[in-house]
Amino acid sequence: MTVAEHTSAAHPTTAHHTSTGLTNEKLAMWVFLGSECLLFGGLISTFLLYRETEPKAGPAISELYDIPYTSVSSFVLLMSSLTMVLAVAAIKRGDQRNTRVWLMTTALLGASFVGGQIYEFTVFYREGLGYTTNLQGSAFYTLTGFHGVHVSLGIVMLLSSVVMSLRGRLGPERSEAVEIVGLYWHFVDVVWIVIFTVVYLITP
Amino acid sequence: MTTTEHHAVEHHDEEHDHPSDGKYIQIALILGVITAVEVALSYVDVGKLFVPALVICMVAKFAIVAGYFMHLKFDSNLLTRVFVSGIVLAIGVYIAFLGSLHIFS
Amino acid sequence: MAITEDRPLELTTGETVVRQPLGAFTRPRSTTGWRSWLTTIDHKKIGILYGGTALFFFFVGGVEALLIRMQLAQPDGQVLTAGQYNQVFTMHGTTMVFLVVMPLAAAFANYLMPLQIGARDVAFPRLNAFSYWTFLFGGIVLNSGWFLGGSPDNGWFNYAPNSGLAYSPGNGIDFWNMGLLIAGIASLVGAINLIVTALNMRAPGMTLMRMPVFTWMALVTQFLLLFAIPVLTVAQFLLMFERLFGAQFFDPAAGADPLLWQHLFWIFGHPEVYIMILPAFGIVSEIMPTFARKPLFGYPFMVFSGIAIGFMGWGVWAHHMFVSGLGPVSVAAFSLSTMFIAVPTGVKIFNWVGTLWGGKLKFSVPMAFAIALVVQFTVGGVSGVSHAVSPSDTQQTDTYYIVAHFHYVLFGGALFGMVGGLYYWWPKFFGRHLRDRLGWWHFWLMALGFNLTFGPMHIVGLQGMPRRTASYPEGMGWDFWNFIETVGAFLIGVSFLVFAYNIIVSRNNPPAEADPWDGRTLEWATSSPPPVHNFDEIPTVSHLDDWWHSKYRETDDHRLERVEGVKSYSSPEGPSEPPHLPSPSYWPFVLALGLPFVAYGLLYSYWLCGVGGVLILAAIYGWSLEPSVDPGAHAHHDEHEHGHGHDDHDADAEEPVAVATTPEETTE
Repeated sequence: MTVAEHTSAAHPTTAHHTSTGLTNEKLAMWVFLGSECLLFGGLISTFLLYRETEPKAGPAISELYDIPYTSVSSFVLLMSSLTMVLAVAAIKRGDQRNTRVWLMTTALLGASFVGGQIYEFTVFYREGLGYTTNLQGSAFYTLTGFHGVHVSLGIVMLLSSVVMSLRGRLGPERSEAVEIVGLYWHFVDVVWIVIFTVVYLITP
Repeated sequence: MTTTEHHAVEHHDEEHDHPSDGKYIQIALILGVITAVEVALSYVDVGKLFVPALVICMVAKFAIVAGYFMHLKFDSNLLTRVFVSGIVLAIGVYIAFLGSLHIFS
Repeated sequence: MAITEDRPLELTTGETVVRQPLGAFTRPRSTTGWRSWLTTIDHKKIGILYGGTALFFFFVGGVEALLIRMQLAQPDGQVLTAGQYNQVFTMHGTTMVFLVVMPLAAAFANYLMPLQIGARDVAFPRLNAFSYWTFLFGGIVLNSGWFLGGSPDNGWFNYAPNSGLAYSPGNGIDFWNMGLLIAGIASLVGAINLIVTALNMRAPGMTLMRMPVFTWMALVTQFLLLFAIPVLTVAQFLLMFERLFGAQFFDPAAGADPLLWQHLFWIFGHPEVYIMILPAFGIVSEIMPTFARKPLFGYPFMVFSGIAIGFMGWGVWAHHMFVSGLGPVSVAAFSLSTMFIAVPTGVKIFNWVGTLWGGKLKFSVPMAFAIALVVQFTVGGVSGVSHAVSPSDTQQTDTYYIVAHFHYVLFGGALFGMVGGLYYWWPKFFGRHLRDRLGWWHFWLMALGFNLTFGPMHIVGLQGMPRRTASYPEGMGWDFWNFIETVGAFLIGVSFLVFAYNIIVSRNNPPAEADPWDGRTLEWATSSPPPVHNFDEIPTVSHLDDWWHSKYRETDDHRLERVEGVKSYSSPEGPSEPPHLPSPSYWPFVLALGLPFVAYGLLYSYWLCGVGGVLILAAIYGWSLEPSVDPGAHAHHDEHEHGHGHDDHDADAEEPVAVATTPEETTE
């Protein structure tokens, strides 16, 4: 037996015993996502607080929303969760090619979401709402900016996974790694679900 | 490559309750429909029902993504409890905070 | 230096040693010397790093305290200007909270948790090292104001809008903000690590309700950190963006609510105080049963009251804001919730008393510190109840009565408990006892000094002496007690000189046994100090206090009888099959190092941010590609099967023989 085969037989990743039966990595990601709820909750609350105050300068943000535009953008992110889940299903089947296809698609959808956001911000800026214009602007851009950075980091992880797959280092025994990237990605989507409803749709 | 096949079979046995690709696409379509409903609500005047209806849609989407896409429905209870703790705590603390600043009055 | 990876090595098994992919950066291998400390991923060494650094910062914070007391020894003190005084008391508080008590707790949690649950290390050893270095750099950034134009001077809680550019134009507040943001990353990452460790890496048979109380309290603390740190992080980012980029969050002129900062800060800040006390409660719950030779009274109540404190601690934060204009509804609600939270702590006090009652008491130095915690925390708790009643708090707030309260609970409580823990576990950590006689001098001087310093503050506080004020005028009637308080503070200082002397002189003591106190928990079941792999064979647990049950059995007439021939779980020969341990690594240090560069860069020059960014990216890249176990380090292990057995509880073994084509995943 070569060292590689002997290794895999002797050290299957699924056999690593833990008290809960979950891997350390998966448990860690969920624990982390629990903490992120407090982070985004704080940013959302700050926005909600200042959405109630009359801006002393510049426009109120609710006047600037382009709901159809943002709906499309939200739908794009939602679909990226679908492609993510398909990527995980693909890698579990050992379908390397489709794993990469779905991961790339997810990354592209995520990138178009971020691109759409950046465009949306430039429109708001042109309409008079800069980052430092008023409380609403600061709170809005900080919240959506944090979310956008999270999406961007997710895209980096997705692309890294594609690269690893291309180099043959992302076999089905590593499907959990992709699943964990997926958990992060879905969470970022779920945060947007909340932001879209609470920030954009529910206006005073 | 016997060992990789062996692993693929092992994995498959453990997760036979995994939704299929087709099921995932259906779920995604449901999410799309709920989003459409939400957007429609912002154009149609439903009076006092507006906020509750939107919140229900939002919670439904959240639960579907968490339960199916994030696989919480099929995974260990512990993960759900850890995640839900964060959510419940965030909601509790921040609503109390906003409440004390008289946002809701 | 040991074998490098350049020359292929013929092994007796016939396999060849693998070449390292990143040839220029060979995996660190040192086990001694400063390099071994820089690259360690061993939870025990990391615990010692946390503890040593915390004690250093305790010295810094202590000097700051003595400066305060010198200034206040007499009316119209001239030792410090008002501006200097503000910096000193701010740094004293911030240092003691974030750079002393929290890392001391982390030291104990890091060292003990894996041992107490029968594991070989934490879930993510490299991440653990990263947490320590990040904490260190955060502490350095926080303290850089002393050298870089002025320290933060707005109190440890740094209220807005005073923290904005208009009132605090220098960089002091930025050092507070960035230093604590960086330290916050350390705490958050550490919390994730320890939670996964406690939930996932317990020895066979160790159910949650068989975990030692210290581990339980540390686990609850990690959950508190997990959820509280992000709230502070939000506040800090808002402040940072306001100060650096002109964002509007806290400026009343822009219509901002000045209470936004206060709420966010105290939503973090109140769980924070439980983060500081729960580990000390856990320590007392270990010390007392040992020196009473009795199990902890009401173990389930101790566990559940700790969890209850963790939960309820989220519902009381605005009691720090009773006079901020919250309004009667909020004040009443938080007043009630604050009264309720005294209950679970009361449960603990009674259970400790119950533990001592009828026990075969040994008044050792650790026991003295533990008893002191119980007495002094109760005093602080009683004044706390008086604060919960908001009308009386209206008089007490911003006076020295509050200063008395929190020093009684944090110093008289948490710090006394942790010092007791140091005396208790010192032989385990360092293989030698601390000297008893010096320990008693330390204890009595510290207890006397502490009570002389903070006891009278109740009085002058109720007499109206305000806090955070650089001087007080003559004729207020406060002179006498302030002088006494200063004397007390210097006594505390002397007590710690005795402690330092004890530490130095104890290096000459004879080696300590594995189980010098006849302990109950698993850390005593291995040598002092433990071998790097903790246990030769992972124990199988069948009881709470399993080690005690291995040593003693109850006879038919209910007497304890020592079981013959019980030996520790580690022997000088070592294990029959060397367990796989993760290898040392540079990357945690490098990744942590990038953070202060980014922080200083934001203040001085974006080029520094660039350097920081490069370090961070390089470290993430290097870390992900590096296998957790160095392939060159375990030449013969292929002969040993990695079974499903408990005798090979790897800390983080993905594929220990990482053939060059399968690098580690990113998730560590």
